[in-house]
Amino acid sequence: MIQVNIEKCGHCGACVSVCPTNSITLIESCLEIADTCTTCETCVTICPVGALVVS
Amino acid sequence: MKDEYDVVVVGAGPAGAYAAATAASECDVLLIEKRQEIGNPVRCAEGVSKEGLARFLPPQKRWIANNIASARIFSPDGTVLEVSEELAGPEVGYVLERKIFDRDLAKRAAQAGADVAVRTRATGVIRENGFICGVKVRHLGESLEMRAKVVIAADGVESQLARWAGINTTLKPIDLESCAQYLMTNVDLLDDCCDFYLGSEAPGGYAWAFPKGHQIGNIGLGALASKLQSKHPIDYLNAFAERHFPDGQPVELNIGGVPVSNAARKTVADGLMLVGDAARHTDPITGGGIINALEGGRLAGEVAKQAVRVQDPSLKVLKQYEAAWRASFGKKLERNYKIKDIFVNLSDAELNKLIRSLEGLRLEDMSVAGIIKRLISRNPRLLAGVRHLF
Repeated sequence: MIQVNIEKCGHCGACVSVCPTNSITLIESCLEIADTCTTCETCVTICPVGALVVS
Repeated sequence: MKDEYDVVVVGAGPAGAYAAATAASECDVLLIEKRQEIGNPVRCAEGVSKEGLARFLPPQKRWIANNIASARIFSPDGTVLEVSEELAGPEVGYVLERKIFDRDLAKRAAQAGADVAVRTRATGVIRENGFICGVKVRHLGESLEMRAKVVIAADGVESQLARWAGINTTLKPIDLESCAQYLMTNVDLLDDCCDFYLGSEAPGGYAWAFPKGHQIGNIGLGALASKLQSKHPIDYLNAFAERHFPDGQPVELNIGGVPVSNAARKTVADGLMLVGDAARHTDPITGGGIINALEGGRLAGEVAKQAVRVQDPSLKVLKQYEAAWRASFGKKLERNYKIKDIFVNLSDAELNKLIRSLEGLRLEDMSVAGIIKRLISRNPRLLAGVRHLF
């Protein structure tokens, strides 16, 4: 499962743009990750600040 | 806010706001922005060409932080290539205040008659008989449906609207620059010069220092997402700032993703047009997107008016938008994507060699094409892969 470190996330939406299953939604300062996420970890790698982690 | 419009524009960045302003001269337009503040947070290094911008807006002092006359490109070993457009006069570009610029663009849309709504997030499209005929939104905790003859998706790099409508705009990591930037004070920058740093300090991208006056500047970098492993752009940025601006102190942190892909394969569908970053209209070499966003916004706004006029928002009418942006900047995007593909894979040694080959020259053509042509003529072997493009 992908988790968002809200103390790092700058809500820029870069992760949304690469998500192959369109499972991430940026809602103001929150990221919502839907259960269609396949934990491919693309978002984890590309995040500018390393705010996404696999738990 | 009503529940039915001629045109609904999703996203109030430059592309969306310009599309809304253009369409609002004839149509009933709604411009929605998911954030609570248009223009904030900034996701941009704020550099823009003066000539490009003049095609769309008269310059306003309130959104110009600085006038730019020249640029310096630093190779990894510190060799400097200076570029200045002597013939074009002392000012070729601006460093903008995007927070003010974006708000001014939204104001233009409102003055043209558009309704503007903030904190209004699209959550889906309304589709009937294959046509996109509106958007579902959440507005201050309420679910609403906004019907429209034409929907313009200007929802940025994180665009979901196109994907909900069945157009796949997902970016691959090789086509995304992952960026981090400090607005930094205590930095000594030349006030009329933008600096670019090439090499592994920003793998597959570049670092920049753009002056905003009074010892403040945008110090940032973009790294190609496919070249990131355990480090993130913020880590590269901290190392870069420490090395080049040891006295600098941040007053703001901006982060974001910039598409450096080909343009979206499809930018129109029945009832729908994509503009700006959502259409992947950023320049794959520079990452610059403002001018293409304004141009795409203008073209989409014009075509939306026509679709409403002839009461036909089908692909048949809207495809004129796709033809128009392709004729305007499509070729350049295609060419620059091919160039980007070669440049992101050059080693530090190769970049040193390229910049050294032009050392001492003062280039008077500041355009990317101009610089690359000079580089090719001096390094025909190293750049053999892009020679045919010029």
